[in-house]
Amino acid sequence: MRILIAGGRVIDPASGVDEVVDLLIEDGRIVRIGKDVRGARSGVQGAEPPDASKGRRSKAAKNSESAINVDRVMDAAGLVVCPGLIDMHVHLRQPGREDKETIATGTLAAARGGFTAVCCMPNTDPVNDTRSVTEFILDTAKREGAVHVYPVGAITKGLRGEELAEIGELFESGCVAVSDDGRPVMNAELMRRAMEYAGMFDLPVISHCEDLHLSGNGVVHEGIVSTELGLHGVPSASEAAMVARDILLAELTGARLHIAHVSAAESVRLIREAKARGVQVSCEATPHHFALTEEAVRGFNTNAKMNPPLRSESDRQAILAGLRDGTIDVIATDHAPHTAQEKEQEFDVAPFGVIGSETALALTLSTLVASGVLPLNQAIAKLTSEPARILKLPKGRIAEGADADLTIFDPDRDWTVDAFGFASKSRNTPFHGWELKGGTVATIVAGKVVWEA
Amino acid sequence: MGLTRKDLLRMQELTADEIRLILDTAESMKQVAGRDIKKVPALRGKTLINLFYEASTRTRMSFEIAGKWLSADVINVSTSSSSVAKGESLKDTGLTLQAMHPDIVVLRHPASGAAEFLAKQLAASVINAGDGAHEHPTQALLDLFTIREKKGRLEGLKAAIVGDIAHSRVARSNIHGMRKVGMEVRVAGPRTMLPCFIDRLGVEVFTDLERAIADVDIIMMLRLQIERQQAGLFPSLREYSRLFGLTLPRLKGAKSDVLIMHPGPINRGVEIAPEVADGPYSLILNQVENGVAVRMALLYLLAGAPQAG
Amino acid sequence: MVRGFFYALNLMAAELNEKAQILDQAGIQRAVTRIAHEIVERNKGTSDLVLIGLRSRGVDLARRIAKELKIIDGADIPVGTLDVTLYRDDLGRVGVQPVVRKTEISFSINEKRVVLVDDVLYTGRTIRAALDSLIDLGRPRLIQLAVLVDRGHRELPIRADYVGKNVPTSRQEQVQVLLTEEDGVDGVLMVKG
Repeated sequence: MRILIAGGRVIDPASGVDEVVDLLIEDGRIVRIGKDVRGARSGVQGAEPPDASKGRRSKAAKNSESAINVDRVMDAAGLVVCPGLIDMHVHLRQPGREDKETIATGTLAAARGGFTAVCCMPNTDPVNDTRSVTEFILDTAKREGAVHVYPVGAITKGLRGEELAEIGELFESGCVAVSDDGRPVMNAELMRRAMEYAGMFDLPVISHCEDLHLSGNGVVHEGIVSTELGLHGVPSASEAAMVARDILLAELTGARLHIAHVSAAESVRLIREAKARGVQVSCEATPHHFALTEEAVRGFNTNAKMNPPLRSESDRQAILAGLRDGTIDVIATDHAPHTAQEKEQEFDVAPFGVIGSETALALTLSTLVASGVLPLNQAIAKLTSEPARILKLPKGRIAEGADADLTIFDPDRDWTVDAFGFASKSRNTPFHGWELKGGTVATIVAGKVVWEA
Repeated sequence: MGLTRKDLLRMQELTADEIRLILDTAESMKQVAGRDIKKVPALRGKTLINLFYEASTRTRMSFEIAGKWLSADVINVSTSSSSVAKGESLKDTGLTLQAMHPDIVVLRHPASGAAEFLAKQLAASVINAGDGAHEHPTQALLDLFTIREKKGRLEGLKAAIVGDIAHSRVARSNIHGMRKVGMEVRVAGPRTMLPCFIDRLGVEVFTDLERAIADVDIIMMLRLQIERQQAGLFPSLREYSRLFGLTLPRLKGAKSDVLIMHPGPINRGVEIAPEVADGPYSLILNQVENGVAVRMALLYLLAGAPQAG
Repeated sequence: MVRGFFYALNLMAAELNEKAQILDQAGIQRAVTRIAHEIVERNKGTSDLVLIGLRSRGVDLARRIAKELKIIDGADIPVGTLDVTLYRDDLGRVGVQPVVRKTEISFSINEKRVVLVDDVLYTGRTIRAALDSLIDLGRPRLIQLAVLVDRGHRELPIRADYVGKNVPTSRQEQVQVLLTEEDGVDGVLMVKG
């Protein structure tokens, strides 16, 4: 199977490439990149490359290719072609809650959103704290998944925060990081040992930073909206205090710490300072935290209930600043599907979490790129090369010989979010009805088109 | 001039004119309570369901009497809050209720926003009789009615609301209501019970009771939930009452014609000394009496409201 | 200028067409006096007599009748105010609920001769509401009805005991009673629909 992606604006943040070139894909790899690939294929028409040095290569290409059929030409004129997006924070819910999402539907939702790889968090049922669960996920993903799935293993058995999980075995069976996502490891001593232990395998420890005592039974950000609505608030300090603790533990242990879904200005500040000191810390922000504030909760909108909560406008501004100055390395969705009946409840009772796979790219383009917060190549880096770097995945770049995981998107397409058209099993998005700019045109995983507009 | 809304969910959404209409109507309703035959046919053939997920004697009784005096058929449904998690969801309860075609549903629920949630499910009018720490609009309306009855006006009066502001729906509804009718509002309590940014609702914030009650016209004491001690919000009942209990000696620093209110039920000797609760300036029983008139007014006004499809 | 003149003329003509005066101030006064005399005659005096006016113009008329009764009989006849809103049979049908005002009857109506006073008698539904309301307030010895204008079109078996003026109307027409107390001027007008 040979596919030619012709005339697209290829942006590869890892190499700094941003130009209109063709890509030729074969057997799951990118085999050729160049302005002349098209010329080679249509050589009969006598098209000659303008550049002499590339022209030599082009002639060679023409010779080799004139004999081979290209199975498909994708016209990417006016579109952006970038490394396949990597979402390092999703919940696929399988095994255990297949009513919310499955590996099949969750990865299809990812593909629809332009992602070619996802990292699934271990809070399944059973928890991904053993080889058998990791292997089940990987096997199912291989059979049914639309995109690559990289499991994240548990830090502690059953996410109970009591004893370390068998992190060595999780690493061997394919986990790319460890996390007790959703359940902060409250015991600092245990967290220290987890970092030391994970460090043996050079696995990053992904921390959901939250002091459960400070959060109490909070369901929204502690601010003017919690005060007005009479909802229990979670202060920013609940997150920031744990960010501070984990940074200190990372300094102590030398481990690689990745802080999930940063929401508070104080956290951004702490991470910025830690990076300046040389601590091995990275972090991610979600589209909902950079696009929304606590105001979205008004009317007791349970689709704006997630953990960490949507915070104030000044926190959102701090997230934007962190994205701009590189303090925040990655954009990840924290895609957290829940059924309609779970969300259609009293605000206190409804579960935390929103889905994000199918809106993340468009929100990044609309909220960050269109408004000038981030240049396009940096925005793409936070969705491709940066997560690949943190997780040490051989992904997130466009190069001859590299895996043919590619995302083609139209940066100018206007569309309206319709949750009922999602590939995800769930509909719990706060962005239903939003008008966004920028949509996925095609998602290519290992040389195969897995989703197409 | 009438009430055109389907539901009464929060004071925050009412206009000053709507508040005035409700209070004026309540004045007319109060006459019915003074008659030998305490019944008018205004809501004949209407069905009122009192759906209470929290124990409440006075509010439920008040709505029940109000409905009956207006000739509505009143049905009381009490569900303990513990069964909310296990049993039928509020949405399903709403759909079940809808199938019985009630005209008005009065909801008391421990979760903030529950009334708004139910209102979206039901074609019937929904009256919020207290949702979590959010709002308790009928309490605020009866408080305003009682103040107006005693003082002859509302505008320009100064009130201090004292106690656990953070967890109080009564405080929130009164803050909104009092501000809308032109009153000045102070809140006072231990720092641990004052929610963040409360000043943005247009109130002055105090942690010293004596300073808070100096030169106000109304002191509204809130019930202290004893369980808050375990949550670490105050060290002991003794210290709470020493710092924030309304006692006769403390009252000496207040205006001589200050009015004392309390939404009840009172913790005698904790937030309010017995001699203050039973004293000449205490409006606590007037509040209960007026509750019926205000709720009659609301039932009457909402019964003509357009029903959602 | 000329156009303005004709415009004003047209307006006056429209006024004349659409509003015909049925009673002027003197006519109203004569009707009130005659009703007062008839009340005394029918009840053989004014003992146990009370007047209850329906909000709002019925109350003004009741007060005027009471003044006449004082002149005729020298007695101070108590006047009460009745608001029948809560007894209306169209509540909940008309959209926004009508404003409920106070009923102010500071005396007992038990065993009294009650004369209900209203401005216009039309379908009779308001009087039905008033009768139900009075029965809830006590047990009068008898209830009589006085109206300034009876315009017909009854929908209930109700008849006035004292009528200022019978005015045949069509259902499309409206009868407007203006009283100095409420409107600054006395007069009864018929307005074409």
